[in-house]
Amino acid sequence: MEMTGAKAIIESLKKESVEVLFGYPGGTVLPIYDELYKEKDIRHILTRHEQGAAHAADGYARATGKVGVCLATSGPGATNLITGIATANMDSVPMVAITGQVGTPLLGKDSFQEADITGITMPITKHNYLIKNAEEIPNVIKEAFHIARSGRPGVVVVDIAKDAQMKTIKNFKYPDKVNIPSYKPTTKGHPRQINAAVKLIQAAKRPVLYVGGGIIAAGADKELKEFAEKNNIPVTVTLMGKGSFPGNSKLYLGMLGMHGTAYANFAVQEADLLIAVGSRFDDRVTGHLPSFAPKAKHIHIDIDPAEIGKIVQVDVPIVGDCKNVLKEFLAKVSCKDKHEPWIDQINEWKKKYPLSYKSGKMIKPQYIIERTCELTKDKKTIIATEVGQHQMWAAQFFTFLKPRTLISSGGQGTMGFGFPAAIGAQVGVPDAIVIDIAGDGSIQMNIQELATAVINKLPIKIFVLNNCFLGMVRQWQEIIYDKRYAATNLCANPDLVKVAKAFGAEAFRVTKSADVDKAINDALKVKDRPVLVDFVVEKEENVFPFVLAGKPINEMLID
Amino acid sequence: MKHTISVIVENKPGVLSRVAGLFSRRGFNIESLAVGTTEDPKISRMTIVATGDDQDLEQIIKQLYKLIDTIRVFDIPRDQEIERELVLIKVSVNDKTRKEVADITKLFNARIVDVSEKSMIIEISEEEDKVLNLEKMLRKFGIQELVRTGKIALQKGGKE
Ligand SMILES: Cc1ncc(C[n+]2csc(CCOP(=O)(O)OP(=O)(O)O)c2C)c(N)n1
Repeated sequence: MEMTGAKAIIESLKKESVEVLFGYPGGTVLPIYDELYKEKDIRHILTRHEQGAAHAADGYARATGKVGVCLATSGPGATNLITGIATANMDSVPMVAITGQVGTPLLGKDSFQEADITGITMPITKHNYLIKNAEEIPNVIKEAFHIARSGRPGVVVVDIAKDAQMKTIKNFKYPDKVNIPSYKPTTKGHPRQINAAVKLIQAAKRPVLYVGGGIIAAGADKELKEFAEKNNIPVTVTLMGKGSFPGNSKLYLGMLGMHGTAYANFAVQEADLLIAVGSRFDDRVTGHLPSFAPKAKHIHIDIDPAEIGKIVQVDVPIVGDCKNVLKEFLAKVSCKDKHEPWIDQINEWKKKYPLSYKSGKMIKPQYIIERTCELTKDKKTIIATEVGQHQMWAAQFFTFLKPRTLISSGGQGTMGFGFPAAIGAQVGVPDAIVIDIAGDGSIQMNIQELATAVINKLPIKIFVLNNCFLGMVRQWQEIIYDKRYAATNLCANPDLVKVAKAFGAEAFRVTKSADVDKAINDALKVKDRPVLVDFVVEKEENVFPFVLAGKPINEMLID
Repeated sequence: MKHTISVIVENKPGVLSRVAGLFSRRGFNIESLAVGTTEDPKISRMTIVATGDDQDLEQIIKQLYKLIDTIRVFDIPRDQEIERELVLIKVSVNDKTRKEVADITKLFNARIVDVSEKSMIIEISEEEDKVLNLEKMLRKFGIQELVRTGKIALQKGGKE
């Protein structure tokens, strides 16, 4: 069929079953927008900033498991996507970012709104393309989606010159198959390594499963649960791994690392076998690296060969899809020893060092998370977070039971991520209750997206834990810099209730612990627009446990 | 330790900057890099000399494989490598030294490719050690300019 490049882009997206685009128009994507105007099968969500579009596509992908797609014009439109691209790629989120580029005769001439976006995004994408010729469109888009979602997922940028969007393709044909000879991810674990791992697991006395976002990406949560339960192996998760294992299981240790539970950190330090699955030994997890899990042999399972041996040397490396590998473990491992003394020891730590906080005059931020968890527990709920103390409290005090229920920027720690990501999640999962747990600092980074949520009638709840500080940074200043609060006081915050109302959202403020439940319930009742609840909380509350940077993870400040 | 890494890639725009960018971003030092198309014009081969321990090398290779355009990467073992570097050296000469420089050139199996009143250009295509030796021998005459291609290498015997 004959059609323009722009039409071919839309047709290609439809072939990839794209239902929604998050975008922002401009000169070099006008032909695409003109096609979208006529299009019925693809919904376009106009954000109020391209960063919002990128995070929304990311949130959509995290919530649904599908590829998120965002769209922006060349130059500043494309550069506004950068933080969103880096954030998604670092957390292995499948996303395709389409950008307009100046026409090919203008390329390389410092033309109006020209920016070398393939050059700029090379280090923060899985791959990228510059399309100069309309005929390339179907093939490149096919490859882009394949690369974004296969192997270790990631971001693919497709930069398309304006003249390629306008030229006519003689014969549009969307390929059925991709053929990239140089790209063939390994998904099946090597039998010899699997057998070596099985032996180590059978012999272990104090094993710990240390799992990350890879479990969720691979859809391996069922296999993980079965494997852990069958063999009675405790499980600790990373921030990205929250929801990969039921948070109410007896075998669950919570998060490990800098703000992990004391018992998870103790368990890792005392373990004789660490089975890392879809996790990558991030510095926020390991603390002082040479003293991380010092008594343990290591098995590391990951689909990305480069993750294995990158940070720690492992005894048994297994490159493969977590789901496949765990299935094989399930078939082959049957621990006779149920590690009872080990489980008892862990239970003792759990009793002695539970996650806790002290109540006070002001509302405690942790309490809000606990109540939110309790009051939403029978409902399909997705928690998004911004970045800071509130994020850690959400991770610690909300019990995540299922994959894709926590949407949080782990690798980059991007403030301003949560709210636009919540928009993407709500669009992707319309029947879920989507709550953005926010700080008063972070929410102001993409507050303009309230307009997007209002116009699209997205009933997102924004719970601001308002401490009038850039709290996480203030905490470091309190503990490490002797309370010199440089540039962390947000006393000039606007009235967030008024701001939200001005955008057309519902909003109210809560100042007393006794009113927290009512506020949460009231917020849950709002169905036709976003609602912001400004919880005025204890100003100088700290997140504990806290492992200072460079310290071993069992040497933490507990309170 | 020095390694000679061969990287076989799709001959596509931007692939050189992808590879070079990867090295600098991940903190691996490139000593030299030579690139050109292979027997198949759709495929390029890069020969990269880089320093690092075995663990670094393993990471470099894995990271290179992560680039979508990378087809194959291998480290050529020292004892199986045929390596060459082409170097052009412009040496100062006068009536007294011209003959001596010519003799040295001959000893090294190098070639004189240009002669003028005050200088000569010598071409040598050899293993790294020999090139370095020649350079050392010529230094006392005054080296005006020197340019090298960077090392290229193939593994002996059947296909790697
Ligand atoms: C875009 C961005 N800029 C800066 C930081 C550094 N940073 C990490 S946490 C934090 C404070 C966050 O404050 P707030 O959103 O109010 O949350 P709180 O810690 O008070 O809960 C800052 C500035 C960051 N993570 N992201």
